[in-house]
Amino acid sequence: MAEVLVVVEHSGGEVKKVTLEMLTLARELGTPAAVVLGGPGTAAPLHDKLSEYGAAKVYAGESDDLDGYLVAPKASVLAELVRSTSPAAVLLGSTQEGKEIAGRLAVKLDNGLLTDVVGLSPDGVATQVVFAGSTIVKSRVTRGLPLVTVRPNSLTPAPAPGTAEVSTLDVTVDESAKLARVVDRKVEAKGARPELTEASVVVSGGRGVGSADNFKLVEELADLLGGAVGASRAATDSGFYPHQFQVGQTGKTVSPQLYVALGISGAIQHRAGMQTSKTIVAVNKDAEAPIFELADFGVVGDLFKVVPQAAEEIRKRK
Amino acid sequence: MNIVVLVKQVPDSGAERNLRTDDNTVDRGSASNVINEMDEYAIEEALRIQEAHGGEVTILTMGPDKAAESIRKALSMGPDKAVHVVDDALHGSCALATSKVLAAALGTLNADLVLCGAESTDGRVQVLPHMLAERLGVAALTGARKLTVDGSALTIERQTDEGYEVVTAQTPAVVSVWDTINEPRYPSFKGIMAAKKKPVQTLSLSDLGVAPSEVGFDGATSAVVEHSKRPPRSGGQKITDEGEGGVKLVEFLATEKFV
Repeated sequence: MAEVLVVVEHSGGEVKKVTLEMLTLARELGTPAAVVLGGPGTAAPLHDKLSEYGAAKVYAGESDDLDGYLVAPKASVLAELVRSTSPAAVLLGSTQEGKEIAGRLAVKLDNGLLTDVVGLSPDGVATQVVFAGSTIVKSRVTRGLPLVTVRPNSLTPAPAPGTAEVSTLDVTVDESAKLARVVDRKVEAKGARPELTEASVVVSGGRGVGSADNFKLVEELADLLGGAVGASRAATDSGFYPHQFQVGQTGKTVSPQLYVALGISGAIQHRAGMQTSKTIVAVNKDAEAPIFELADFGVVGDLFKVVPQAAEEIRKRK
Repeated sequence: MNIVVLVKQVPDSGAERNLRTDDNTVDRGSASNVINEMDEYAIEEALRIQEAHGGEVTILTMGPDKAAESIRKALSMGPDKAVHVVDDALHGSCALATSKVLAAALGTLNADLVLCGAESTDGRVQVLPHMLAERLGVAALTGARKLTVDGSALTIERQTDEGYEVVTAQTPAVVSVWDTINEPRYPSFKGIMAAKKKPVQTLSLSDLGVAPSEVGFDGATSAVVEHSKRPPRSGGQKITDEGEGGVKLVEFLATEKFV
């Protein structure tokens, strides 16, 4: 069987969940081969996890050039690998960087590209959910191989333990790919919470939360449920919570098992980012808020009473 | 500094949006069409750079005849002129073909800086800035929440999941921006009146030296096989808090095995 290249998303020496989803998906399409691109020493700590989820091979591309410049060098290395291995498909995470690498790869190979894919069948037909979750599209690449970016939380990762063979890539990066230099990386506090787009539980706060200080309530419930914290645009625009946690049309799209909306009215802007969540729970003082049209369970009430009581009840049950 | 801002006309994300049943493309006929919201932040950023450093701001749009409305709207914010790439053969173009056409149009404009929104609200594909940079052989600084211009040196803060990256490049470059970068101005009455007289150049595929077979459905590198409406979610149980709302909420979460 031909290889299916899975471009590994990693952070802080750990494999991101979307990669495990892609490896699971890749097994349906061919032989999964993980591609690690990063600075020297990136691949080794990821090897066991990639093996555990069925990678038969790990292509290790390591160089300061891959780490020190924005996406272009990664796309160059990947294009060479595709040319030399003729894989059955190439999968990347549907993240900002994943999409950007895919875009450059599409130009380099003159190959079609599908983004935000939630499913891919062995015959190459991809499923996408568009227009704020209102429309399902089936599509395929008609020139070249299936080059797709996979949206996090699209499927459940399943282990398939083995031992991946390591193949070291020769990384030579042309000067033309070194035009955008990363001079610094700053980490802004997010604590031990799971990543927003990958979390299986997301607890979000909106305008009704009222202040940055009150977001502690949202964080507390998120921590009790082992979830990530999100915010509506109204909340981020008001400065209640940092912008990178915004869920919605102009923010992140999330699709967790459980989405809890606190003080969020449910404007279409927000629904665009969360309505494919499996279970939706809402607390809002306005009984007419559109969020209740989506919610599997809604509480009409004051979130400053309902949420602390819920938190207390969860503690009792633990 | 010579700045070109890419502006896309999209169906209003606040209204119902559909794909056409005949050819699976975005239905732009029945929808209320607006400037892609993220592009307004790119226009604002261009105007601020122009105010500080001088130069000219040009709007570049690829789209059908009716995209001219969005071009006038963009010009009413303050840019100097616009270029509209319009050709019947473009209907059905994929992202790859779109980037080819826009790269050809940019080739005629001699831009130091190409600004655009980080994504469009219809496709949300996010690939265009890097596709353009790849074709033009220039730097791409994408996902900016802050842009600093110092002569020919550009520095952005690029939003990431963990925080941000500081990324630098020299002009010419493509820079895409998020809505955190500024607060776009509203067009003034004077701006709206002035926009009516600003030059809008239209370019066809033959003007750009792109063959019709390279774009549209003929040149598309991906195809929609079918589409369907997702059944709308229906609301479930809704209770009014009478002192036990929090407990009941947790009871529901427990039945769903979240607690």
